[in-house]
Amino acid sequence: MSILGNRVLRKEDPRFLRGEGSYVENLPLEGALEVTFVRSQLAHARIRSIDASAAESMPNVQVLTGADVDVEPMVSPPPFGVAAGISRPLVARDVVRYVGEIVAIVVSEDRVTGADAAELVFVDYDPLPVVVDVHEALKDEVLLFPEVGTNVSGTEGPQEHDETLFDGCDVVVSGTVESQRLAPCPLEPRSTAAEVGPDGRITAWLSTQAPHGDRQGLAAKLGLEPEQVRVIAPDVGGGFGAKTLNVEEILVVWLARKLGRPVRWTESRSESMVGLPHGRGQHMTFTIGSDREGNVLAYRLESLADAGAYPGLGSFLPHLTALMASGVYAIPKLEASSRSVATNTVPISAFRGAGRPEAAQAIERAMDALAAELAVDPAEIRRRNFIKEFPYETETGAVYDSGDYEGALDLALRAAGYDELRAEQRRRREEGGPKQLGIGLSTYVEITNGVGETEFGEVEITEDGGAILRTGSFSHGQGHETTFAMIASAQLGIPFERITVVKGDTDDVARGTGTYASKSTQIGGVAARLASDEVVVHARQIVADYLEASPDDIVLDPAEARLHVAGSPAQGFAWEELAARAAADGRLAELKAQHEWKADPSFPFGAHVAVVEVDTETGSVELIRHVAVDDAGTLINPLVAEGQVHGGVATGVAQALYERFAYDEHGTPSTSTFADYSFPSAADLPSWETVPMETPTPLNALGVKGIGESGTIGATPAVHNAVIDALGHLGVTHVDMPANGQNVWRALQEARS
Amino acid sequence: MIPAAFDYERAGSVDEAVELLGRDEEARLLAGGHSLLPLMRLRFARPSLLIDIGRLDELRFVRDDGDRIAIGALSRHADLARDPVLAGQCAVLSLAAGQIGDPQVRHRGTIGGSVAHADPASDLGTVLLTLDAELIARGPDGERTIPASSFFTGPFDTALERQEVLTEIRVPKGAHGTYLKFARRAQDWATVGVAAVRVDGRVQVGLTSMGATPLRATAVEEAVAGGASPGDAAARATEGVSPRGDAAASPEYRAHLARVLVRRALEQL
Amino acid sequence: MKVTVTVNGARHEVEAEPRQLLVYFLRNQLDLKGTNVGCDTSSCGACTVLLDGESVKSCTVLAVQADGCEVTTIEGLAPGGELHPVQQAFHERHALQCGYCTPGFVMASVSLLRENPDPSEEEIRKALDGNLCRCTGYHNIVRAIQAAARTGA
Repeated sequence: MSILGNRVLRKEDPRFLRGEGSYVENLPLEGALEVTFVRSQLAHARIRSIDASAAESMPNVQVLTGADVDVEPMVSPPPFGVAAGISRPLVARDVVRYVGEIVAIVVSEDRVTGADAAELVFVDYDPLPVVVDVHEALKDEVLLFPEVGTNVSGTEGPQEHDETLFDGCDVVVSGTVESQRLAPCPLEPRSTAAEVGPDGRITAWLSTQAPHGDRQGLAAKLGLEPEQVRVIAPDVGGGFGAKTLNVEEILVVWLARKLGRPVRWTESRSESMVGLPHGRGQHMTFTIGSDREGNVLAYRLESLADAGAYPGLGSFLPHLTALMASGVYAIPKLEASSRSVATNTVPISAFRGAGRPEAAQAIERAMDALAAELAVDPAEIRRRNFIKEFPYETETGAVYDSGDYEGALDLALRAAGYDELRAEQRRRREEGGPKQLGIGLSTYVEITNGVGETEFGEVEITEDGGAILRTGSFSHGQGHETTFAMIASAQLGIPFERITVVKGDTDDVARGTGTYASKSTQIGGVAARLASDEVVVHARQIVADYLEASPDDIVLDPAEARLHVAGSPAQGFAWEELAARAAADGRLAELKAQHEWKADPSFPFGAHVAVVEVDTETGSVELIRHVAVDDAGTLINPLVAEGQVHGGVATGVAQALYERFAYDEHGTPSTSTFADYSFPSAADLPSWETVPMETPTPLNALGVKGIGESGTIGATPAVHNAVIDALGHLGVTHVDMPANGQNVWRALQEARS
Repeated sequence: MIPAAFDYERAGSVDEAVELLGRDEEARLLAGGHSLLPLMRLRFARPSLLIDIGRLDELRFVRDDGDRIAIGALSRHADLARDPVLAGQCAVLSLAAGQIGDPQVRHRGTIGGSVAHADPASDLGTVLLTLDAELIARGPDGERTIPASSFFTGPFDTALERQEVLTEIRVPKGAHGTYLKFARRAQDWATVGVAAVRVDGRVQVGLTSMGATPLRATAVEEAVAGGASPGDAAARATEGVSPRGDAAASPEYRAHLARVLVRRALEQL
Repeated sequence: MKVTVTVNGARHEVEAEPRQLLVYFLRNQLDLKGTNVGCDTSSCGACTVLLDGESVKSCTVLAVQADGCEVTTIEGLAPGGELHPVQQAFHERHALQCGYCTPGFVMASVSLLRENPDPSEEEIRKALDGNLCRCTGYHNIVRAIQAAARTGA
């Protein structure tokens, strides 16, 4: 019986449960200097001068500014499509462009002195006009990059409407969805440490999602060969897309080289709230047209995307939004376009879902709006439009590998007790009491491994017959030490307990691309499987040699963890025996194989049903139930997969009901601490009702897709739709997210007037 | 983040605390620390001296004092939330204390610390104001009683003199009522809070986060005394009140919430 | 100034600046790195320890305030190799992913069950309003506490 598909408890748990996690901040580093960054409190200003004399009068304190940093500014890679001329200095030189931008670096012997000294660095600014609103930014009146001449940092799709798009439609409905700016909030703030060895080689400890990629990036930025840099990502406390190579990591490593001593830095939470990039920030307008029966004929999605002060990945994500614009529906005519604009705010980058939540939020709202217009049940309108045959290529060029959207919806509706919920809703409406029920649906598809990446896996049998799996994936909570060990165990037959997964150290693992885009199991897990298979091939050869047989006659019996002559189990070796003998003969190194697996994107999908209770007097919304069907193909470990869905759904619900990173008109954030930013606790959320569904993908031998972001993508539109559904009978057709409290009250006011 | 440097003294008695307060104008008292330390961590508060009164166990009590309940200023929110005397005689105070922050905060935060800090978003100040509580302070000239109606003088500002220590709070016995707290998240400060109590037959109503201090909704009280229904009385909740707007709510939304919550609180009496 | 504190059963006498927070005292003076700092506004609870048996946020307590007190950190929950029933329940219910918030949740849970040995789901959720997690969505944490309560933790 294969271990795959079992709810195996995690190997990595004990150290976290005992408080022995090796987060960067916990690692000892003899003689390290501490770094404290001085950050701009103005959103847009020219730096006239910096007076660090008071700070530098403190013992052993050194202050560096932009002029001291001889590293080239960061430029987005061409595929991001960011306008030429936009670059990001590691430390601001002449201009600051957002509250939180680094303007000076304080180096001290200890962190307390650093905090005291940082207060004594006085920056003299000439304030410049500030632009925070994306529509204002589009006017190009206040320019962030005058040399570029526009705030528009990128465009996607046709920039002019096809006026014939909705010809032939009996019904056309329009609306807007602002997918509001969010802060990623991994519980571990970033920490970086760097040390230069006597040979000049750098070791950098990073709280990151992609150690190998960061190593390339650091080497490139500092003019080094990659071999001169070792990156160690130890335990990392969450990333959610935000923990990629940023200015701080480069500066810490640069300082270690410049100052000739180890250097470390850990951010505070309020620093992290403006230091880590933000997510979402797309202001979308949808138009959907159908025939009288609700068959969708055409869909237009336009997005004005906030890219923040230094457009980068955030300028590219609307491409993924456009790609996934039509969702699970067969829509014959599609127009998806976007413009990204720079604003005096924290730069936008990937955050759990990264462009795909926005697509689902728009199309699912559009379907509900269409349903309302036609007075058709929202489940029914979806059924009429589902894609049914796979693979399916959308009008935007996405090729969906496998799916069963109707099946997912059926499961979700049945689990939710949809008819009973509608009956309860009717009852409450008749009673007319203040607390009304809303039921919201979403049926979604998402793209994982979105740019078709490669991952590395290496399996090595150890002398005692166990195995080491080295993976280029980098789990920072996703449980690879367990799930990848399960994959290797299933192929090798070596017990799960005897397989160790190694990750995160670029000296230990030859190559890798890290963990993001929900890609790891489908490329890293598959690479592990293929490497395991190759090891088995080598093992069969060695056994064949020892038994003077043909390798074709040697089989692996995974259940017995034994290789033997086919049909003659007694003639063979258990793994421990084979390893011991091979070691004695100097052949152990043959029991090792590497594999790289590159794959096309896969398309997990699902259906969520959210049930909310809206207090129509206060506007307060309580999510009382949330049903989630999330199909990501074969599940290696359903326990771990469920955990991913739980966490994903919580983040999706948080966007629908709680969180919004807000700025005032001066570009000063009003939600830059955990006290002001509405990151919900367990007291603000219900339990989740997850329903299993597995539709394997033909794209890899395991049949796995990616599940890490599915919960988030499916949850937000279901909850958003639920709130609007609760108020439909009162004339409400739109509620801004977070759809709770004041925003609900406003919508009710508008509907009444 | 790390607070700015300060000196630290532990007071062995209230009188010693009073004396220490006299030594330094920038000195602050430290009780549970859950109002002050968060401000100090962000360096919004930078006292030169902290006088720790957290060990003065003689200030931690809840007593039936005859015609009033006497509460020691160092009683923690967790203590008040489960105190049997309060449960029987002034449950609204337990109810409000039990809604502050989270369990960890309630294990440390004290009623005296919270009330003396006078954050306009604090729940206990509103409840005390609504109960017409008496606050006992000891200073260099001895002890005095400050009525709640004169205690809250502005945001983070009270009638306490610089050298006075709040030692005891007295609330009426048999005052029954409710405290409704509307917040975005469970751990948040009140967007709006409403206390409604019946004291000696009179209905008294207080508001949190509707002004620079906790406020009594006197127009509402007048309306109730005049026989108005909860709905009609609640419509007057915002008379003479101008709530602020912030990230949590606009002034108009606060005003609306106040009216709704006052009505609901009155309906519960 | 000198702080005398018993941590996980061991008595320590260590110099500490008045402004040193208990969490940094534990981490840096006593080298107990299990208690984490997740925020700077007393919101996230990652720093939760037991102070004289009750849960507190060690980022909002000065080390000097803990003088003469008993502190239990995550490292002291289950000395001797075995896991405390709450830790075991977290493991069995997959109530942790990246692990950063976990020590705080475990300590908060231990304190909760001491005060309320048989909590309802609603009581559990309310009692966790001072602890934030971005990974788990809380569902399995609630299940773990319910399981631990059933075993009489």
